[in-house]
Amino acid sequence: MPDRLHHLLGIEPLTRQQIEFLLEQSRPFQEIQRHPLKKLATLRGKSVALAFFEPSTRTRISFGTAAARLGADTMNLQAESSSLRKGESLLDTVWTLEAMKPDCLVMRHSASGAPEFVAERVGIPVINAGDGTHEHPTQALLDALTILDRKGRLDALNVTIVGDILHSRVARSNLHLLSKFGARFTLTGPAMWLPRELECLVPNVRREPRIEAALEDAEIVLALRVQQERLHEPQLSLDDYILLYQLTPERLRRARPDALVLHPGPMVRGLEIDPEVADGPQSCILEQVTNGVAVRMALLYLLLGGPPAETKETARAAD
Amino acid sequence: MGVVEKGQLMSATEIDRTLQRLAHEIVEKNAGAADLAFIGIRRRGVPLSERLARAIRTIEGAAVPVGTLDITLYRDDLSLVAPQPVVQSSDVPFDVDNKTLVIVDDVLYTGRTIRAAINALFDLGRPRRIQLCVLIDRGHRELPLEANYVGRHVQTSDTQIIEVRLNEIDHQDRVMLVERVA
Repeated sequence: MPDRLHHLLGIEPLTRQQIEFLLEQSRPFQEIQRHPLKKLATLRGKSVALAFFEPSTRTRISFGTAAARLGADTMNLQAESSSLRKGESLLDTVWTLEAMKPDCLVMRHSASGAPEFVAERVGIPVINAGDGTHEHPTQALLDALTILDRKGRLDALNVTIVGDILHSRVARSNLHLLSKFGARFTLTGPAMWLPRELECLVPNVRREPRIEAALEDAEIVLALRVQQERLHEPQLSLDDYILLYQLTPERLRRARPDALVLHPGPMVRGLEIDPEVADGPQSCILEQVTNGVAVRMALLYLLLGGPPAETKETARAAD
Repeated sequence: MGVVEKGQLMSATEIDRTLQRLAHEIVEKNAGAADLAFIGIRRRGVPLSERLARAIRTIEGAAVPVGTLDITLYRDDLSLVAPQPVVQSSDVPFDVDNKTLVIVDDVLYTGRTIRAAINALFDLGRPRRIQLCVLIDRGHRELPLEANYVGRHVQTSDTQIIEVRLNEIDHQDRVMLVERVA
């Protein structure tokens, strides 16, 4: 068994073995999603603080559901209604939450690196639920589990990522994860969203401005959400984006016949993806959502289910 | 701390004979094999339940479905045991509603595993009844539970360990009494 996790701050620092173990431990929790009675008492008496400093619906509900199905309680902090509006610093907010004695902190923040900063200053496990443009590790894990379910392997995949890769923490976490299994990546989208630096993030990344060429021989197609408010950056109209980059059935035919289509959501039908693709047999979009609960249950079990972790000092020394 | 073998409790032939008898008892008590299903507890309850199902097929000509159960998520000592137990898959490929489920395990000791298994089964539906079959009952119960079918009762002290070794997992069939030594 790989080294015990103390936090989940990103995919980048994990070993391939740790990722395989996390995915393997997610399997029994996938089964539980199919049970008539989905509630366990494994983490009864534990509580999970959900601190979303940036608005989120699906990730927050997914973590909340995962905690509930393990019997844990949740403490909710939401950006819109919180003391953040009143000028409290991030650390004061986090220490206030910690004083209510949660056993784990799940955190989303608009600043890259915020969860790591917090993890060094609290005595409980921290799970990164998305930080700035840095990482969204549980999304990459649930994507990997979905690929594994459908393809039976993660090794040496041809992966094409479409859209606003510059701002995407989902893309970065997926690059890190699949790269540890030898993937080759093709990134496509408006040039402004395909900075050269991405080629240095992991090996075997190439940029291809034409989506048709980028999809050739793809086994995995990851379509990213397009935030309309960002379209001024590549100076594209909505219509131009759709014309140039929408994932349509015709374009998808250039990929391998058994290529999978993933989308982290929220998805805008008719913008980044054609509804026929979104609802087609190659789409895994709803399986991703179901698998998200299983992956997060496994993670909570691994972080909270065992004997109390060593003190903060010994945990650090072990790192 | 090490362990020493104190002796053999059952040979391969004895295990086989005992399972034959247990299969007969199960069929007798349930007046046949209708609506019967085995639930093998990981790990060694699984091969035992498969052997019992084969024996009943020979006796009754009936196919008894076999499920496997991992009870890790239902344990009451997760915050005490290190290293943290790895969760394994359970596989109960049939509807448990209105069935007579026979839980199969190698050794009955404190009863806590069986409590966990019963909880797990209730998450799958509403069985008509649940029975328990074990190869060895070694006493020392901590819960008010007894087995319906017992291969052999063995008096033990709590420093002793019963090791059931099965071909499917251990590449030999025998039951050993082992003693922990300081």
